[in-house]
Amino acid sequence: MRALNTAKFNFPAKSSNEGFARGAVAAFIAQCDPSLDELADIKTAVSEAVTNCIVHAYPETIGQIYITVSLYENCTVRIKVTDRGIGIADVENAMLPMVSSGGEERSGLGFTVMQTFMDTLKVRSTPGKGTTVTMGKKITQRSET
Amino acid sequence: MLDCAMEQREGVLCVSLCGEIDHHAATLVRAKIDARILAYEPKLVVLDLSAVSFMDSSGIGLILGRHRMLKSLGGTLSIRGVSPQTAKLLRIAGIEGIMESKGEVKQ
Repeated sequence: MRALNTAKFNFPAKSSNEGFARGAVAAFIAQCDPSLDELADIKTAVSEAVTNCIVHAYPETIGQIYITVSLYENCTVRIKVTDRGIGIADVENAMLPMVSSGGEERSGLGFTVMQTFMDTLKVRSTPGKGTTVTMGKKITQRSET
Repeated sequence: MLDCAMEQREGVLCVSLCGEIDHHAATLVRAKIDARILAYEPKLVVLDLSAVSFMDSSGIGLILGRHRMLKSLGGTLSIRGVSPQTAKLLRIAGIEGIMESKGEVKQ
């Protein structure tokens, strides 16, 4: 399916950019007129994906994070968050709730939150090359409610 | 941006957070809260989230970390001012039940 509109941006994997990333995605999808709950869900999922890049993909370096947001017919949003970091050897295990290699202060709920707050979640990773997280969510059109 | 105001009285430390809790902000406020807990050794810490406009799972990490720390010091953590969005996160983490997070603080 062809996207009706797409935005791409990238930024350094610095924790100070987490707010920028979710804010930029939220600003772009505002044209679909999401509800406050839908917007909060998407912002939270983006924040989780970006934090994973900062904490796990680039533990010792500050690499780049690439985000593509696409809007499709019937207001479906697809968000792709890509890093060129260390990758995940066992994606299935990393996606289990409460599993974290990020230390005691990490809850290990990042992927669980993305799964719960979005309609679809796909994770592709190659150790040594990086990870791409693709998430989708259909925005309820006001006429449907 | 996350502001953190703290007030202590009769063994109770009230921590009021205002703004967005993400990994960046949580890292910054955690040190402040921990320093005050270690200096004051409160019996109860009340974490007031009523002015929090955004929270991701880093907030859960912040809550669980303080909960563990207080437990080891013989204190307890209570949460108040939970928004519906934050309540969703607490449910995912399975901690909605073990902490008083819905309403007023249990004294």
